[in-house]
Amino acid sequence: MNTRIPILKLYDCLFVSIQWELDDKTAIEFQESLLQRIHETGASGVVIDLTSVDMIDSFIAKVLGDVISMAKLMGVKVVLTGIQPAVAITLVELGIHLQDVHTALDLEKGLEILQGSWGIKAWKTNPL
Amino acid sequence: MENESSVKILSEWDIVAARQLGRNIAKELGFGTVDQARITTAISELARNIYLYAGKGEIHFEPVNNFEKKGLKVIAVDHGPGIQDIRRAMEDGFSTSNGLGAGLPGVRRLMDEFDLISSLGEGTTIRVVKWLRERKFG
Repeated sequence: MNTRIPILKLYDCLFVSIQWELDDKTAIEFQESLLQRIHETGASGVVIDLTSVDMIDSFIAKVLGDVISMAKLMGVKVVLTGIQPAVAITLVELGIHLQDVHTALDLEKGLEILQGSWGIKAWKTNPL
Repeated sequence: MENESSVKILSEWDIVAARQLGRNIAKELGFGTVDQARITTAISELARNIYLYAGKGEIHFEPVNNFEKKGLKVIAVDHGPGIQDIRRAMEDGFSTSNGLGAGLPGVRRLMDEFDLISSLGEGTTIRVVKWLRERKFG
């Protein structure tokens, strides 16, 4: 059950789509491999897409919150995208607000934040 | 008490097994996606508490079918050390495990009913119920 989560490079960003239910070990491994990939690639921004995730419990929320803080220590900004309505409802009821975390409705809007607001290259732009 | 099933919690993997079985049962009973997420999350918290504090235990699932309402009862049983201060354990933000398994107050908010029995040295039983919101007329 060793399921590695693919981490893809998009210009100056890394893109992660979590596609299956996270168990504790995979979540912790993901934390380490994301930081390692940031280090290797010199990426400035990360998008973690949670569209396919139908449950986030306090542990997974902590792992996500922690990896965002760790990335921040390395000078890298993270956007969480695609949090489902059911997940948003249960997280808040559970008492988890992920307050200092940047989020966007979907991947497109997440990449727009990276490139548009933060100036981190996420797609090829035509020279003016 | 038809259709009772359970998952033994002995390792981290069993937390995933418990919530997957719980989600399947909730789906079969006709719960919507939000309630499925609530139930699954509550099970995950209860299973993690067992794993963290007692080492081992069990999660039982029991569809409830009264005259008036249908629902899913989830019972988390362990024979661990028990909860020393139940009142504090039910306070938001209180955890003896460094922020993991944060959620008894959260579990209570996610579910409709919540009962906790714990005795020191003997273990803890937590019983939660989620009722199916069903419109009988129209």
